[in-house]
Amino acid sequence: MATRALIGALSRATFRLPTHRFLSVGTIPRFASTLVIAEHEGGSIKAPSVSAVEAAKSLDKDNSISMLLAGSGPSLQEAAAHAVSCHPSVSKVLVADSDKFMHPLAEPWARLIQLVQQRENFSHIVAASGSFGKNILPRAAALLDVSPVTDVVEISESTKFVRPIYAGNALCTVQYTGAHPCMLTIRSTSFQVQPDSTDTKAHKAPISQVDLSTFEADTIGKSQYVKLTSQESERPDLGNARIVVTGGRGLKSAENFKMLEKLAEKLGAAVGATRAAVDAGFVPNDLQVGQTGKIVAPELYVAFGVSGAIQHLAGMRDSKVIVAVNKDADAPIFQVADYGLVGNLFEVIPELLEKLPEKK
Amino acid sequence: MKIMVAVKRVVDYAVKIRVKPDKTGVETQNVKMSMNPFCEIALEEALRIRESGLASEVVAVSVGPAQCVDTLRTGLAMGADRGIHVEFKEEGGLNPLSVAKVLRALVEAEKPGLLILGKQAIDDDCNQTGQMLAGLLKWPQGTFASKVILDKEKQVATVDREVDGGIETVLLDLPAVITTDLRLNQPRYATLPNIMKAKSKVIKKYTPEDLNVEIKSDLEVLQVMEPPKRKAGVIISSVDELIDKLKNEACVI
Repeated sequence: MATRALIGALSRATFRLPTHRFLSVGTIPRFASTLVIAEHEGGSIKAPSVSAVEAAKSLDKDNSISMLLAGSGPSLQEAAAHAVSCHPSVSKVLVADSDKFMHPLAEPWARLIQLVQQRENFSHIVAASGSFGKNILPRAAALLDVSPVTDVVEISESTKFVRPIYAGNALCTVQYTGAHPCMLTIRSTSFQVQPDSTDTKAHKAPISQVDLSTFEADTIGKSQYVKLTSQESERPDLGNARIVVTGGRGLKSAENFKMLEKLAEKLGAAVGATRAAVDAGFVPNDLQVGQTGKIVAPELYVAFGVSGAIQHLAGMRDSKVIVAVNKDADAPIFQVADYGLVGNLFEVIPELLEKLPEKK
Repeated sequence: MKIMVAVKRVVDYAVKIRVKPDKTGVETQNVKMSMNPFCEIALEEALRIRESGLASEVVAVSVGPAQCVDTLRTGLAMGADRGIHVEFKEEGGLNPLSVAKVLRALVEAEKPGLLILGKQAIDDDCNQTGQMLAGLLKWPQGTFASKVILDKEKQVATVDREVDGGIETVLLDLPAVITTDLRLNQPRYATLPNIMKAKSKVIKKYTPEDLNVEIKSDLEVLQVMEPPKRKAGVIISSVDELIDKLKNEACVI
């Protein structure tokens, strides 16, 4: 009687196996091992990807860090040569050489990350949170059935992270409690690489080619790269510049932005813009600084004709020194500015051009 | 072709949020809630595609507590044909991966030819759901779209995407997932006749269990804090003073 009741109870009980744990390949590694998804251009590793390695360092003191590069042709091999010594914490460079990776399309890239993870079983996968990482990493996370943590600004422990929410008006500490891999994108402005730590003398990591023989492109949704339309500029890159001068709606025209460019030239600065300026067609979208544009944290940020909307502040509030020039004394920008000048930017900029010392 | 649009109810973009004193989250009681601006843009794009004759139906979907129905009604008032509400009551229990799994189940039921989502929600700023959904479905993705052109005959979408280096153009086979960026369009306001019409449009209700989706959470929010406050600044009176301060006090030039 009791046995029948027991059997009855057992057949009614629902056993929910955490199948994702059983499917994650191999044993769970005891020490951290991280895969950094690296971007490269013109034969070198892009700065945000080196910041991603710097971030990976804080995941665990015994973290073994590998960099994954994909692409095709000589510039890939050059980039791999740069990767081996771009940061002392890189212990291995993985290279996936195929036409399929010639352009940063999410579909083949996410599949590649899944393939590499299934073979190597990293505890963590990290990418910088620029448009490349943001596009690709979540797709890869879905293929691996894990929740990623995006736009991390601080790593407290190997699975504890701080990330901004509500346009940076709040900071959220999250704990990742899922299976390996723990996947994250990091805000490169929060993980600056110390210049002396990139000494290339002693350290060179080995390069290994990723075996793509089982990489089936047909199961991937079909997408095709057509072109990239970008402005050629001699200005330093907005994401890494030491000084940024930004124009807002107050600049009133694309023509007036030329004045700002002259100022940027004199200071050796990058030029940024608010959403309003981009929407109005004064400048192209890649200059936009803000919650949904670029996040910058330069030593000096000078905002001309910028009102200081929450969404813009989200993109520059971590700048070391903020200067605001606006003819409206009540503009919210003055609440975050270290130095505020209430005045007409069309008078201030020419005066600055005249009085600033020449860039050395 | 049917277009499915996912919409999220969030704190209105103009609200100055407050962190709760117990640090468990952001204050959302008695605070104005609205459809996420990027979701409005997604819905607007779907409506324009239908109005141009390239789609027959726009279905708006929302996943979350009972109040999601308000957001769906707004979507119906803008012009969506019908709504689907997948009810999930637990606060903070939904993460993008779970939402993507729910949406995948709905895609299997509804079979849309195109999915349009906002690129990110302005509350959690995750920017993940569209990409994850595309991965689960193995559909191509066009994220951060600033322009979408559909070719019905060839069954492809040409998408201009806002990326760090400028504008990237990709060609996607349909069905595909598109996530919208700010400049894709200017969403319409719901007109009064449409608000009235929306009251009789259907909103179908499901639970995750109905769709065989298990909502599991692998992320735990430990605390929510205010960001460090900047030291108060000074108002200066001349360009000369500014240059002097930047050179000698801040030492940045």
